[in-house]
Amino acid sequence: MLREEMQEVFIVAGNTHQEVERELRSARKKMHPASSDEPPMRKSSILGKKTEVVEDEAVEGEYGMVINGHSLAYALQEGLQLEFLRAACMCQAVICCRVTPLQKAQVVELVKKHKRAVTLAIGDGANDVSMIKAAHIGVGISGQEGMQAVLSSDYSFAQFRYLQRLLLVHGRWSYLRMCKFLRYFFYKNFTFTFVHFWYGFFCGFSAQTVYDEWFITLYNLVYTALPVLGLALFDQDVDHRWSFQYPQLYTPGQLNLYFSKRAFLRCVLHSGYSSLVLFFIPYASMHDTVRDDGKDIADYQSFALLAQTCLLVAVNMQLGLDTHYWTAVNQFFLWGSMSVYFAVTFTMYSNGMYLIFTSSFPFIGVARNSLNQPNVWLTILLTSILCVLPVLAYRFLYMQLRPTINDKVRHKVRQDKTPPTAAPRRFQPRRISTRRSGYAFSHSRGYGDLVTSGKFLLRPVRSRPPLFSRSQPSGSPVAEDSPQIFRTITEEPSA
Amino acid sequence: MMASSYNAKEEDGHHSGASGPCGAAVKSKKPDNTAFKQQRLPAWQPILTAGTVLPAFFVIGLIFIPIGIGLYVTSNNIKEFEIDYTGIDMSSPCFNCSQNFSWNSTRPCKCSLPFSLDQPFESNVFMYYGLSNFYQNHRRYVKSRDDSQLNGDTFSLTHPSKECEPYRTGSDNKPIAPCGAIANSMFNDTLELYYVDPNGTRTQIELAKKGIAWWTDKHVKFRNPGSNNSNLTASFKGTTKPVNWNKPVYELDSEAENNGFINEDFIVWMRTAALPTFRKLYRIIQRKNSMTPTLPRGNYTLEVTYNYPVRSFEGRKRVILSTISWMGGKNPFLGIAYITVGSVCFFLGVVLLIIHHKYGNRSNNSDIPN
Repeated sequence: MLREEMQEVFIVAGNTHQEVERELRSARKKMHPASSDEPPMRKSSILGKKTEVVEDEAVEGEYGMVINGHSLAYALQEGLQLEFLRAACMCQAVICCRVTPLQKAQVVELVKKHKRAVTLAIGDGANDVSMIKAAHIGVGISGQEGMQAVLSSDYSFAQFRYLQRLLLVHGRWSYLRMCKFLRYFFYKNFTFTFVHFWYGFFCGFSAQTVYDEWFITLYNLVYTALPVLGLALFDQDVDHRWSFQYPQLYTPGQLNLYFSKRAFLRCVLHSGYSSLVLFFIPYASMHDTVRDDGKDIADYQSFALLAQTCLLVAVNMQLGLDTHYWTAVNQFFLWGSMSVYFAVTFTMYSNGMYLIFTSSFPFIGVARNSLNQPNVWLTILLTSILCVLPVLAYRFLYMQLRPTINDKVRHKVRQDKTPPTAAPRRFQPRRISTRRSGYAFSHSRGYGDLVTSGKFLLRPVRSRPPLFSRSQPSGSPVAEDSPQIFRTITEEPSA
Repeated sequence: MMASSYNAKEEDGHHSGASGPCGAAVKSKKPDNTAFKQQRLPAWQPILTAGTVLPAFFVIGLIFIPIGIGLYVTSNNIKEFEIDYTGIDMSSPCFNCSQNFSWNSTRPCKCSLPFSLDQPFESNVFMYYGLSNFYQNHRRYVKSRDDSQLNGDTFSLTHPSKECEPYRTGSDNKPIAPCGAIANSMFNDTLELYYVDPNGTRTQIELAKKGIAWWTDKHVKFRNPGSNNSNLTASFKGTTKPVNWNKPVYELDSEAENNGFINEDFIVWMRTAALPTFRKLYRIIQRKNSMTPTLPRGNYTLEVTYNYPVRSFEGRKRVILSTISWMGGKNPFLGIAYITVGSVCFFLGVVLLIIHHKYGNRSNNSDIPN
């Protein structure tokens, strides 16, 4: 965590409030000489409420900080909190040593409250439980210290090094899949709905649906359910080995690029455009038209069939553009859904179904009579191409002019063709004997006083008599004889 | 604490097969190392490169433009003639009929419109009546029908569905057959076509009224009630005609094959249109032989029995005579759309090629910033 490249590592080990404050302030001034004494608060944008979020401050160079439990007790008090937060956030790494479990949780909560960040806490022992529960994401390590951390965590695994995989591979893929799924789901449903808005102008605003009622029922349930599920389960932008190779791929997730308000607006505009194409092209091509044997094709039922087929083909082509990782399952879901659509349509519009359930299936004969017209298929082809081509052009253009980190890595993957070999794992020498880290006793005075001082409790505590006093003659002989230097903590009434 | 059961072999977190304190084999918690569960399924990973996108644009452009030209040329070769006979202008022959309309008039109003065809119409000529500003796609209108009744179900004949309200029961509470607003507003103008010779003699052009509805409609969807079609009057006993009709449904035609619910004009009307401007097939003028054109060049007269009022909702009525091709009636839109999209696609391909040439190496640079 502390590296050679760090310019300086600040040690905060003050005994009193003023000392700690001085140390923190000097650290901050050294890192960012021009920083003001007032913490830079984020401008509030929600209803004029004052926010408590502290802005990030950029520094030149890398710094580290080490702070121990005593000083942390002072640093987490009301007046010094923000000072500590600012100084700590300017560093690349902060080590808090000899802290109590509650202090661990308090540090996490401090960051959560005053920074727009997602916090992750990882620990392996029972003393990490409060920290794990306080953070947004809690990771527990199972094994040596027992299962307490695991039981209270969101994710758990057996070794610390698996954290890299959790973040860079699984976390990243999860974010990507979730955002793609959401964007596509909104797109297909907005497109489906906006078409009715345009039809309103031509049906006297009587809320007549463009599509068959059965299509509306089965659209989200059957026809477009499995392909998008396949996208959300299996999609990967790059391999797991490449994900390790390029940790920079993680930044889009940190910046929330894939599903921000702007991305949602883009999705809505795209749906608007698609719905215009999906209504007006069939409208114009069916306007005052007839079949090739002169009979009717511009009737409501044939128009509905045409519109719904165009919609389904267009949204499935869009899904095809969105999917970056075509497994056999994805292929099966996509082509399977299209064939199920045609199978169900022909079944529902057949003679048999009409004769059994007359009022439920009034669309009899429509599929046979309109899907054998070349006119209809040419319209379907035109609408789907017109829906998909702008997206293709837009994405290609962006890739040429402003490639994202994702685009670059994917191009490199394609060029190299061979996956990178995993970095050889540095094998640590195996520990031969068991090692325990919990002790039932201590032969030095330790920090019991710190714990019982109540300095950092959230609720003000009634003052208690000190547990250990130096004047007791029957004090622990070990404490008297010990050559170690230890601190005394004088009891102060809590603020 | 669990320190006592700790085993050095469990260093790597592998609990596979490690013996527990009692020596029995512990079930492994390690997930299967299959391709499916470890997300290593073999997959095709396409990527948008210039080598795939640009040819796609050019190919689409090159395919669409000829298709568009073909469609446009075909559409232009279709001959179509349209004549509006609503009678808005004072100079129109049908002006009097449109003004003096009333539902109860027993004497039908007739008007005749002369027109001339510049080009002969070959092969089968289809005669349509067209309506404008008529919202057959209004939601309440579309559901105002009873498909079971129209399919010949005897129970539904005398108990029409509630969707048909307020056209469900007629005078003295008898059920209406066919019920609903769609049936009630059936188009009932009669149109006749006469060819006027250069020397003035009028010959009536034969209009075929069979084969204008979909086969599935005529033979499956619409059936007359009762077992045999011979005595329709008896089959429809207990029902009354729709409010705005002149004669009941079993008197629509003298032929039994075209009477009752399976009357083809009725079936064509019941197939509601999707848009407020539509045309419906009225009659077919069969071609005589391949030598003579079906409708030669010259003067014609259209005789209209004006029964259908459209002035109240500012609608328009028209007659359309049209030939047919493999793409249907005359509709230049699809041809023009294909040509436009094809050329835009081609142009876009050229633009993207230029952009790729100038800036395209940005994504190929292996400079991936830290």
